[in-house]
Amino acid sequence: MKRLLRRLRAELFATRTDAVLSVVLISLISLAAFGVLRWAFTQAQWAVIRVNSTLFAVGRYPVEQQWRVWLLTALLVAASGATWGLLRAHPRPDRTGVLWPRNDRIAATLLVVLGLWRPWAMGLTVSIQARWWGLVALLLLVRWLAGRFGRRFGPTGLRLVALMWPVLYLVGMVLISGGLGLVTVSPSEWGGLMLTLLASSFAILLCFPIGVLLALGRRSDLPLLRWGSVLYIEFIRGAPLITLLFLGQNILGFLLPGGLAPERVWRAAWVLTFFAAAYLAEAVRSGLAAVPQGQLEAARSLGLSHPKALQHVVLPQALRVALPAMVGQFISLLQDTTLLSLIGLLELLGTARTVMANPAFLGRNGEVYLTLAVLFWGCCAALGLGSRALERRLDPHAVPTAT
Amino acid sequence: MSQPSSELMIEARAVEKWYPNGFQALRGASLTVRRGEVVVIMGPSGSGKSTFIRTFNALEDFQKGSITVDGIVLSNDLRNIDAVRREVGMVFQQFNLFPHLSVLDNLTLAPVLVRKRPKAEVEKQAWALLERVGIAEQAGKYPGQLSGGQQQRVAIARALCMEPRILLFDEPTSSLDPEMVREVLEVMQNLAADDITMVVVTHEVKFARHVAHRVVLMADGEVVEEAEPEVFFTNPSHQRTRRFLDQIL
Ligand SMILES: Nc1ncnc2c1ncn2[C@@H]1O[C@H](COP(=O)(O)OP(=O)(O)O)[C@@H](O)[C@H]1O
Ligand SMILES: [Mg+2]
Repeated sequence: MKRLLRRLRAELFATRTDAVLSVVLISLISLAAFGVLRWAFTQAQWAVIRVNSTLFAVGRYPVEQQWRVWLLTALLVAASGATWGLLRAHPRPDRTGVLWPRNDRIAATLLVVLGLWRPWAMGLTVSIQARWWGLVALLLLVRWLAGRFGRRFGPTGLRLVALMWPVLYLVGMVLISGGLGLVTVSPSEWGGLMLTLLASSFAILLCFPIGVLLALGRRSDLPLLRWGSVLYIEFIRGAPLITLLFLGQNILGFLLPGGLAPERVWRAAWVLTFFAAAYLAEAVRSGLAAVPQGQLEAARSLGLSHPKALQHVVLPQALRVALPAMVGQFISLLQDTTLLSLIGLLELLGTARTVMANPAFLGRNGEVYLTLAVLFWGCCAALGLGSRALERRLDPHAVPTAT
Repeated sequence: MSQPSSELMIEARAVEKWYPNGFQALRGASLTVRRGEVVVIMGPSGSGKSTFIRTFNALEDFQKGSITVDGIVLSNDLRNIDAVRREVGMVFQQFNLFPHLSVLDNLTLAPVLVRKRPKAEVEKQAWALLERVGIAEQAGKYPGQLSGGQQQRVAIARALCMEPRILLFDEPTSSLDPEMVREVLEVMQNLAADDITMVVVTHEVKFARHVAHRVVLMADGEVVEEAEPEVFFTNPSHQRTRRFLDQIL
């Protein structure tokens, strides 16, 4: 406690100007926070969220098939726990790993508190509350197991992480859309947070390789490739996303014969992908420019072919430099998915608008928008936290921890 | 000091090179290096020393003349590059270690990827090499965590790990603090005692005097003087060399 006070004093009240600024800022922030909280706890009527919680989560996904979404959530949670634990079990070669560093303990506590309190506070049915508790327990259990026994597999453990997620993504696609013995659920029935996450993760995953290829193309010695990449990047960056989305809906249907044109949701996801790729290419390009020429020369002088030198020497460094900019792109991509509501898709914002249009929930806009904001903030914060952890792990100049 | 054999490792004849901007950096430079020989190249800045030795492992192309390295003819259109680069290692002024890889991985990357050797075996060799250059205890660290002298020694070990027959050094000590120059020169002197062929661009007179079999002076893209160290430093035959020596001695 004393230490905390001393630190506060050093950071906030070191000089007189600091002190005045701190007092003003602290009062402004508390006033705003107090206002929002008072409204949230006294005036707001959260029934609109409670009644529509399923709608916000998965849209009109058929009730009798929703177990598939729960199963997928559980798989994702387990994979997250495994990744988290394995990363702790395999620290960088120049560091000594602590299995439960302080940040992890804080995160675990927060998760437990949120997982126990939130479903209860939302007044969800007991069976659904129990599922959320189960998910939190699963996360921490797998985290513990992976951290405890992850070392035994040696470096294969980390390769497992890189393999696990793509496989899980494919499994998730099958679980959500059906096939392989499962009833098909057409994309027009997907919605809510699920659709938001699906569209954005699809675009994030696919825009990454496309963006890297575009960035490499832009630096290529082959004029055709170079000009093609430049043309593409500048065209996409010059057009507002919403026009491209409308264009995608109309043109793809027109270009491809009826059966071949992808479903509306997929069309939108592809447009998002190609849109994000252009911006990602620019982020990667700045990363490539930051890698000194000597790196490529050293790799080539060791006998690595050009592609191998790019893959093992230049790109890893370029991507690390570009990581913050890339995650920035991913975060705006996540937020850009709200534009899908304008072409009639029921992702989070679209769902929110149908709910607010219901006369039963007239005037409940504040509650709905606040919930949306918190959900988006949560997703973006997770992306940001993950990227910062990755940055720290990959930082070549980090001081090694004492052994 | 081991005596070089008569087998030719590098044979460069009347090499001329123009950079894309039209500047002619090499104007008929010639040099032959025998197996096991240590050749030091000196010369004023901008005289084409870097350009010249970089043509030996095809980091630079050239337009006229011919270069044969370990029996492989380097044609003007850069064929045979991969074969040559496997035989020729290079140590740069700026070290150019891979900052995202640990010291050990810096050494093992190329042998595993290029020579397709099993990782465990390469690692064993890498440890031995790190031991030899005196930094085995740093194997798990990243290059950014090492001093300049340590980095350059890792760079030498990295080049050696490919088991090259020829090592090129481009001013390996020029960006080091004075107190670290010695540790790197010592490693190089050790290497010179082996069978390996070395071409070293450097301004270290002591190294040239005591380690080199031959010293070469380059000026304006040409090899001006070529002599044994004693002759080179005490009784050079060209005016150009005398002027250069006056400046650095
Ligand atoms: N990429 C390049 N493009 C154009 N000119 C160059 C390039 N690299 C080097 N030069 C020029 O070629 C000449 C020789 O350079 P270099 O071989 O680096 O000399 P040294 O190593 O002897 O100092 C210098 O005049 C330099 O300015
Ligand atoms: Mg030079």
